[in-house]
Parts: sequence; structure tokens; C-alpha cells
Amino acid sequence: MSTHCCCNGSTDNREAVMAAARAALTPEIVAFIETCRADEHPEGQLIRVLHKVQEHYGYLGQDQLNAVAQLLQVSTSKVTGVATFYHFFRTEPRGRYVISVCLGTACYVKGAERVSEKLSEELGIHFGETTKDGLFSLNATRCLGTCSLAPVVMVNDDVFGDMTPDKVPSLLEQYARKAQKESQQKEA
Amino acid sequence: MTAKVEKAYQKLLQDTLKRLQEREFGQAIRIQVGSATCENAAGAQQVWQEFEKNIRTSGRTDIRLHRVGCTGRCSCEPIVGVLIPGKMPVKYERVDAELAHRIFVEHVLNGNPLAAHVLDNAGDFNADWQIVVCDSRHCGACVNGSVAKVFRAALEEAELGPDRVRISEVGCLGFCSVPRPEGATTVLVRPSHTAYNVKTPEDARRIVREHLIGGHAVEDLRVTELPISLNYFDLYGDVAFFSSQNRIALRNAGIVDPENIDEYIRYNGFRALAMALMKGEPEWVIEQVKTSKLRGRGGGGFPTGQKWELTRKNVRDMCYIICNADEGDPGAFMDRSTLESDPFSVIEGMLIGGYAVGAKEGYFYVRAEYPLAIRRIEKALDQCRALGLLGKNILGSGFSMDIDIRLGAGAFVCGEETALIHSIMGKRGQPRIRPPFPAESGLWGKPTVINNVETFANVPAILTYGAEWFARVGTENSGGTKVFALAGKVNHTGLVEVPMGTTIREVVEKIGGGVPGGRTLKGVQTGGPAGGIIPAHLIDTPIDFDTLGKLGSIMGSGGMIVLDETDCMVDVAKFFMAFCQDESCGKCTPCREGTKRMLEILERITSGKGTLEDIDKLERLAQLVKHTSLCGLGRAAPNPVLSTLKYYREEYIAHVTERRCPARKCRALIHYEIDAAKCVGCTMCARNCPVSCISGTRKEPHVIDQNKCIKCGRCFEVCRFDAVARV
Repeated sequence: MSTHCCCNGSTDNREAVMAAARAALTPEIVAFIETCRADEHPEGQLIRVLHKVQEHYGYLGQDQLNAVAQLLQVSTSKVTGVATFYHFFRTEPRGRYVISVCLGTACYVKGAERVSEKLSEELGIHFGETTKDGLFSLNATRCLGTCSLAPVVMVNDDVFGDMTPDKVPSLLEQYARKAQKESQQKEA
Repeated sequence: MTAKVEKAYQKLLQDTLKRLQEREFGQAIRIQVGSATCENAAGAQQVWQEFEKNIRTSGRTDIRLHRVGCTGRCSCEPIVGVLIPGKMPVKYERVDAELAHRIFVEHVLNGNPLAAHVLDNAGDFNADWQIVVCDSRHCGACVNGSVAKVFRAALEEAELGPDRVRISEVGCLGFCSVPRPEGATTVLVRPSHTAYNVKTPEDARRIVREHLIGGHAVEDLRVTELPISLNYFDLYGDVAFFSSQNRIALRNAGIVDPENIDEYIRYNGFRALAMALMKGEPEWVIEQVKTSKLRGRGGGGFPTGQKWELTRKNVRDMCYIICNADEGDPGAFMDRSTLESDPFSVIEGMLIGGYAVGAKEGYFYVRAEYPLAIRRIEKALDQCRALGLLGKNILGSGFSMDIDIRLGAGAFVCGEETALIHSIMGKRGQPRIRPPFPAESGLWGKPTVINNVETFANVPAILTYGAEWFARVGTENSGGTKVFALAGKVNHTGLVEVPMGTTIREVVEKIGGGVPGGRTLKGVQTGGPAGGIIPAHLIDTPIDFDTLGKLGSIMGSGGMIVLDETDCMVDVAKFFMAFCQDESCGKCTPCREGTKRMLEILERITSGKGTLEDIDKLERLAQLVKHTSLCGLGRAAPNPVLSTLKYYREEYIAHVTERRCPARKCRALIHYEIDAAKCVGCTMCARNCPVSCISGTRKEPHVIDQNKCIKCGRCFEVCRFDAVARV
């Protein structure tokens, strides 16, 4: 019976399927999954693999999720279940700059709500959305643990403390300019 | 085996001291710069670079830059310490690159501290000496207050004024951990880093005469076993924020370089592990932890020794030890700070725990949102492996254990132990029914111990400084201290470690410096979304697992958010309910549906559409969810609602019967008006209004069109004449 079971990877097109899965990920990630396979409990490494995939691609696309499932030999439904359960994982691409508004308690009582409203208004998007030009994504985030700087906004890895609605336009402009400058440099 | 371990530990120590010697640690001038996430966000990296540049260009080779973790004085970051041998250490607050340059030129090179920028305006750096004595507030183990008096008399006799020698009475110094003659008190002399046992007035006179005047330590009075807090008070003993604390879990935070194992070893690091391995009896470790009355610091408060004992009994072939560093409570950052400032103490605690229960594998389960903490743990684990403190045959004892890191992925429910185990196994982080408890069947079906970061950080201190001492620091049922993340409407936000049994008032007013802006304290929220609110009239309650539980809140992992009169309690309850509703994993109905319905009711109430019946419904639902949910998340989710209903019911009633928000916070229930008598017609509000609903001519009172107003509050903020009122 085991010879016909696809879970054991013994169908005719196994090689083709595996090759496609490998092609959907970077060689580093494929190699990492290989090392995980040697673990006593390979499925225990699923979240770690997804972290690596998201770190590289910025989000977890369907192709990548399928490939991870195939290579780690965990069912796609389980992989998808995990990818959609945790807040940290995204299944949609995000903007170049991800603006995360901390909605921890300290930030909340110090006016984070008004900062997010201003961001929404300026960008014309809600939480979880990305601007049409692909420049900004807006996220609400769990406490960033820098409560002394409340309210806090993070743009990619940069932390901005003591935010007020007033500071929002200049903050956005700063990054828009940065993006413009970078693309000009690229062209040059 | 004992001799082997002893030998291995002594070698480790000697090698470490040699390496430190090569670095001239402790001899050169040291500039300490904080380096935790919050320090970096406040600009510590730029400060570091500025000092680097300055040292290079000065051509001096006797000045070292020293990276340390976080001291917990968050609102004053970045903090820089200047340590010149033989001089009182000076700490500066809110340093930027420009100030760093001035500190370097004026203080480091020319020896003139910049008084205006000293942390909390501490003035002791002007004195030559400082004698630090314990005021014995909590345990009474030190001779009551008399030591300070004795020293004052001795100083007067020797004609040394307060400009030369200062005496500071501080909270528990932790000096009682050191064995000493009956009736003696331990004091610390700064800046020479010397601790003495003082028994008679003559002892005090000798210290003044021989040490302070003569310049030689009084060897026969000197304490050779160094007390736990010596390093901490030597560095920070002058500032009120620090001196009222008692650092055990955070004993190295802000003192050692978190990326350098040598400094940790030098400050008694891994001595507890060596002690445990030398004894060769895991039961002894468990007995010690039980005697210490250490209770789980993650919030549950389960006795740690008992948990370890239960697990040990269940072990057949394999068992695991897990450090829960999935700190998800909004407003809590104790674990992040501990891991970023002193990861080694947590690792040592895990190793000791692993040895006690018989685990060979350990896991750090860390939030992915804490990249710096993850990096530091990785580095620390590598360094431990390189020195044979992790891996096979640790310190030649035959005991082997390794630790791996697993990242969380932003699910609050993973703080619950069965959910956390599922997450480590690569599954959706959903809890399951207990029993079986993880002590019987946990990770991969094997007995598993899960403890919080702070719990593990305490363990080495218990073995090194004594379980009885640790128990004495706390209350009857709970030994040791608790770290709180103090935030919200308080002057000094930061990390605070105080003995169990300290009152909330002491933490908020004495250490936290009270509520800013002349506003009044309304309540203190403890325990995060699972906790409750303790109203202002109960802040003299001593902090303990049991006392907070009786008030309808919980200790939780240690978040402490201070709320003032401008905070609406219904709104705060709504905030936490929104959090719990969002974080509910959806497995059990009471939590999944109950939190949603409670949130809807709270939204109705805060938007002015609630009824009295809604309040009753809310209370009934809260009780139901509390009693029928599957895991801790659901069972605790109603706490903020129930505690606010208990203490602030009149606020709920005002929202539904009078359509009024007493704190003037809920937007649907307030509006803005311009007081014609106060308005001078400066047009400021009209120019700033985003919807142009304010009209009026220059130098004439303005008017708000209530139909168009979106209640953004902009006019209220910009008015310089207090003419805009929120009503």
C-alpha cells in the first residue's frame, strides 16, 4: 500500500513536483528545510520555516506555502492553518514601508488612536491595507514594549516615539522622499 | 564528580578573569551606554558612535566604551554612565550626540561633570564618599536606622561634612544575603566598592578614620562574600528611582554587557549551576527552590519548586524545559528587557531547572517582535556552548543539556502553556483542556516544565545567595521580588523591581514619581488584558499574588499602567475587551462569542446608545465567560469589565442614563464649545480645524458649528487661552 501513497512521495511525478517546490523557494530556504527534515520532529520547525520565507519574500504567497508543505511533508491545509492563525504572518504582499502603530495600553491611553486616524486619513487606507502606489502599508501592532516613548509608531525597523497627529505628515513625507531618492539613484 | 565540577568551575573563573584582565576591565575609565530596544529607539546608537569617534580622535588608550543593557529608567533614556576609577560614578540622562561630545570633553578628559544633565539631578558625585545603608523597611533584618545615626556621629567627630561624605538610606540592599555576625549591619562604601559589617560605633569610627581619611580599607570588617546588590547600588545607589528598589531578577541589568559572558561570570554567574552540579542531587535544587517560596512570575503564581517536583516524578525517558518569553501583554516589557540586558541569568536558570527535573532539551519560546532579544539569546547560547556550559557533559559533571530557540508569531494565546506547546510543535497555537497538565504530558507527549523569563532569572540568585534569604525578601506566601513595567500616566516610566508586599502607592508615587501634569490618580491597571483595575483608594494594598486576586485583579506578568482622571474606565474596559476578542483563538464558544458580544455592548455604551439593561447583560455575560471558557485567556478576559463594574459602576451608569462620559473621553458623548468670554479671536482654532467648522472674525469670539464638528479635539489642543472647553 505504501508504494501508492503520495505522502511517501512515490507517485510518478514526484520528481517534477519536488523540483517545482524547490524552484518556488530560495536555495537557502530549501537547504534549511532539508536540515529540518533531519530533526526528530520536522513538523515542529514549520513556524521557523515560515518566518524565513516571510523574511525573504515579505509575505507568504500561495506558491511558497505549497512548496513548504511539499518539502517539509506537512499537509497544505496544516501549513495554511498555521500561516493564517498567527498575526505575524501575512498572506498578501505589503508596501515598501510598513507603518505599525502600537496599540498597547500605554500608547492607547496616550493617544495612539488619534495618531492612527491621522495616518488613515493621510494615506487614505485602513489598517491592514496598502496604498495603491505600493509605498505604505498600515498596521496595528501589539505592544512593542517601548512604553516609555508612547505613543509609538514604527516604520519598518525605525521607531518613532511621542507621536502626535501633527507629526504624521512630515513623517510620511520623509519616507516618500526617501523612496524617491532611492529610485532616482537606482535609475542613475 | 564534585571535584571534577569544582575544578572545571575554578578553571572557568580563572580563564574569565584573565580575559577581563587583558581587557583592563575595571581599571580603565569606562563610559557605559545602554543598548536595549528602548535605549536604541531613544538614540543610544548615535551616542555610542559619537563616543567611539571621540575616543579615537583623542588618542587615549585608557578609555573603554562599555555596552550595557537597560537599567529600567526608560523615560530618561539614553543613559550614559561615566566611571572613573576612584571617583563616584556619574550617570547622565537623555544624552544625544551633542551632549555625548560635551560629556567626553568636559567630564572624561577634563574631570568636570556636567551637573545640569545628571540623571534625576543626583548631586552625590560632588562628594568624595557615600555610605549606603539599608533602611530596613521590609524585613527588619538590618539594625533599625541606628547605623545611619552612628555614622553621622562618627563623621561629625571627624569633622567631615555632607559635602565630603554623604549617607544614603535606601530600600533593601539585599545585603542580608551575606552571612554576618549577630547584630551587625552591612553597609556599602562608594565609590570604592567596599562592603563592611558594622556592629559597634567603634566600627563606624574606624571605617571613617582608616578608610575615608586614611585611604585604606578596614580589612577585618570587610565583607568577603559579595552581596547580590553590591554592583547595582555601587552604580545606581544615588538615585531615588533606583534606591527604593531591590534587584534580584534584574541584578545585572544595566551593569554587565549582555553580549559578553565574561562579565556575567565575574559577577557570580554560573556559580549556582556549579553549586547544583557539585551537590549532585537534583532533589536538593528542588528543595531549595521550594524553601525560597518562588512562585511563577508569568502571572499564575504557581509554586515553582512544586512544579519541578511534579514534573520530576513523571519523567520516564525524556522531558523538556521551556522558557516562556512570549510576552504579549500590552504595556509589559519586563521579559524583553531582562533578555536584552542579562540573557545569561535566564539561561543559567533554565540549566538549573533542567538539571533539577532531568531535562536534556530546553526551548526558548520568544516573540518574533523582539529581534534584539532573539539576537542576544542566540549570542549568549553560542558563548555558553563555547565554554562548555551548554551541550554535552556540562562542567565535567556528566549532565548534558542544550537549548534551542523557537519564535512565536504574534498570538497572545500562546502565552497559555498548552497553546505554547502546540506552537513549538509547529501547530496553530490553540490551548487544550487540562489535565493532563504539561508536568505529565507536554511537548511531544513528554513531561514538560514551562516557566517565565523572570522566574528563571531568579533561580541562580536563590542558590547563590540562599533560599531562606530569598524567602525573607518577600511575603509569607511568596518569596523574592517582582518586576513591574511601570507605564501610562506616571512621571518615571520604567522597569521597577520591588519586594513582594510593597504597596502600589510606593511603586507609583515614590519610585514612579506620581502622576504628571498635576492630575490625580484614578486607578492602576495590573496584569494586562487579563487583569483588573485597582482604584486609587486601594493603592495602599501590598502587592502579592493573593492580595491582588482578592481585589479582582491579578499580578499577571507585571504590567502596571497608571490611569488618571482623564481616562474613562468604560473605554479602558473596551480597549482590553477588543484586545481579547481579537486574540481569542476561537476554539471554545464562551470566549469566541462572549468576548465579541461583550465588546458590542461596551461599544454601545461608549457611543451613548447603551441602556441600564446592557450593564446587567454585560455583567452576566462576563461571569459566564469567566466560568466556562477553556483556557486562561477566556477565563480572565472579563476581569477588566468586572473590576471596572465593581469600582466604577457610576461611570457606566452616567454613560447610559445621562449620556455623559465623566472623564470626557468617549467621543460620541462629548462636544467642544468656545467660551466667548475667554476667546480673544486669535483665529488659531479656525485655522487648525480640519473640517472648517469654526467661524468668527479676527479679534471676535469664534463659534463651533456643532453639526459639522467631527470632535477631533484639534481646537482644544491649539487654543492658548483655554477658551475651548470639552463638555
